Amino acid sequence: MNSSSAHADKLSADGSGPAQQNVAPKDERVRKEGSLKRFLGRPEFASLAGAILVFIVFGIAAGDSGMFNLDGVINWMQVAAYLGLISIGACVLMIAGEFDLSIGSMIGFAGMMVAIPTVYFHWPFWLAVMFAFAGSMALGWLNGYLVVKTRLPSFIVTLAFMFILRGLTLALSIMFANRTIVSGVGDLAAQDWLGSWLFTGNLGSGLFHWMAAQGWIATAANGQPLVGGIPKVIVWWLVLALGASFVLARTRFGNWIFAVGGDANAAKNVGVPVKRVKTSLFVFTAFCACLFAVLQVADVGSAAADRGLQKEFEAIIAAVIGGALLTGGYGSVIGACFGALIFGVVQIGITYTNLNSDWFRVFLGVMLLVAVLFNNYVRRRVTEAR
Amino acid sequence: MQRLRSKGRVNITKALMVAALAVGFGAMSSSYAANEKFVLISHAPDSDSWWNTIKNAIKQAGEDFNVSVDYRNPPNGDLADMSRLVEQAAARHYDGVIVSIADFSVLKKSVESVTAKKIPLVTINSGTQKQSEELGAIMHVGQPEYDAGHGAGEKAKAAGIKSFLCVNHYATNPSSFERCRGFADAIGVDYKKATLDAGQDPTGIESKVSAYLRNNPGTQAVLALGPDSAAPSLRALQKMGLKGKTWFATFDLSDEIAKGIKDGSVQFAIDQQPYLQGYIPVAVLAIMAQDKITDVAAIQAKLKANPKFQARLAEYGLAPIYGPRHISSGPGYITKDNLDKVLKYAGQYR
Repeated sequence: MNSSSAHADKLSADGSGPAQQNVAPKDERVRKEGSLKRFLGRPEFASLAGAILVFIVFGIAAGDSGMFNLDGVINWMQVAAYLGLISIGACVLMIAGEFDLSIGSMIGFAGMMVAIPTVYFHWPFWLAVMFAFAGSMALGWLNGYLVVKTRLPSFIVTLAFMFILRGLTLALSIMFANRTIVSGVGDLAAQDWLGSWLFTGNLGSGLFHWMAAQGWIATAANGQPLVGGIPKVIVWWLVLALGASFVLARTRFGNWIFAVGGDANAAKNVGVPVKRVKTSLFVFTAFCACLFAVLQVADVGSAAADRGLQKEFEAIIAAVIGGALLTGGYGSVIGACFGALIFGVVQIGITYTNLNSDWFRVFLGVMLLVAVLFNNYVRRRVTEAR
Repeated sequence: MQRLRSKGRVNITKALMVAALAVGFGAMSSSYAANEKFVLISHAPDSDSWWNTIKNAIKQAGEDFNVSVDYRNPPNGDLADMSRLVEQAAARHYDGVIVSIADFSVLKKSVESVTAKKIPLVTINSGTQKQSEELGAIMHVGQPEYDAGHGAGEKAKAAGIKSFLCVNHYATNPSSFERCRGFADAIGVDYKKATLDAGQDPTGIESKVSAYLRNNPGTQAVLALGPDSAAPSLRALQKMGLKGKTWFATFDLSDEIAKGIKDGSVQFAIDQQPYLQGYIPVAVLAIMAQDKITDVAAIQAKLKANPKFQARLAEYGLAPIYGPRHISSGPGYITKDNLDKVLKYAGQYR
């Protein structure tokens, strides 16, 4: 049994017979694998290589443009971090063999659940945040319940919710607030104990001010550092990535996720609570979308009916670059995070080159295609050479 | 053996990909040496065609002043993405940044990263001059709503108008009332009595306008706040036999409004001249950088004296309005006299 996090063939027997050798044949399941090959076989290998490749490309094309200065790095790291949050949710769900297309609409809806009660009903910010998390996770549960109960493909159910939630966001924001952009949340969030503790501002601002005083990092004209610390969203991303990786690699529930995605029937027959696993992962994906929304509302100070448009596709793409298979049972959270990093670097990096931004989507599409082809190619080479 | 061979191939593919991408980048990035680099960041999604005029304007301003100007926008029109782009512009250290104030509270934070680096800033399009000053911009190039309404009202006053109806189809936006208020102040009436919250539905607008005109038969003029309220209002006037008799003006242009200007039933359309919202900021930033001046009055004098700028104005029939600090791109007026020119350049330079 290889000890990598790819449990693809945990439940299905390996097809290849024992190798014909002159020495006494050993059981091939306990043969030693080279550490390099084990590394190449990991699902996140391709996205790691892709990330390195992207950095090399932008290092050549935009190395001296300020993209790799501290404020430039923090800028594209934030883009990657926001996408990373939802790609972790999408990735874990895809490993379990399901799909959520309502992530983007959930972001818009959850943002409104935070902003409208705060601004129009004068709830304290922390209460609105609790309300938004409860509401989104309930909707996530409903998604999961419908998928499990109706046995419809999750693609269809969540496609319906993509429209339902986007429509509800628009209709309810017009009904309650008579506008599609609700602003003025930023200051309320910054003054709130929960908001200022978890969602607004930066981590380690004292350290950054000290580094600025030492002259190690760039400062503005007034002596303040250009970068006041690590934005909370990046911290959240790291915490969530480590947490989800740990659960996948080291816990019983993590094994269940791989088992459910690999073969749901076989998993059910060995006593895995398939329905509960799937439903709880839909709830987790909704949680990730809501976290994205709360952080964004706290950061930009407003919620809007068109927030999160097409973000579900970006999240799925990041997970696929990270090595997740659309068929389930294979993938890695770390890979998805590298996928999000590639996405963020390309999206922002392209604006550091002299490319006309009209070409942005073309370039992104080509980039993704190359990454996924590379992914598949490496996986094939490695699995063939067993 | 096998492992070695496969590893070698992987490396070759990787090397090839790096090379291909690097070559692609080298070929695609235009490397002509312009003096300064500016960026214009709008809030418009890719699908918004209104900004084409502004894209063309920054290109031409770049040619005229020998600078290069990038256009950036959030592809889906998401303002959170826009604020990232503003921060990116600061990190890239452009020589000047131009932003549209789509939402003051969203941009306040990210614009600080630009001004903290002492990068000159010009604001355009939406937002107010007051917000622009709060953001620390050199000037705002847009069409102040009140001024646009007031300018139209002065023209009405010259035509002897003493009462009017303001047809507002987007009352959810508080700044829309400023247009009515400006017009009412110019002819000396109370705007609240003359303003109709008409809603979005064309049939509803038409019936509300007819009802108002029946209840107030002495109404001499109608001001529509855009094509969405102009067309139904014109239909209502036609059905009541007032079309061509009632003085009629509107904001913005559409096919129906152009027809109305041609047949004389519409006096004029108020145009915010988007070309100027692209051209002027680039010109201002270029003058600041090249002539090392920071005084707004001196910059404006330089701009007015620039022959290339004047040639563009003449060519497209544009007229900016110079204030003590800010330059307004509008109101410009589209009448019978310049309609053909406007239609010829519509969507490109007008």
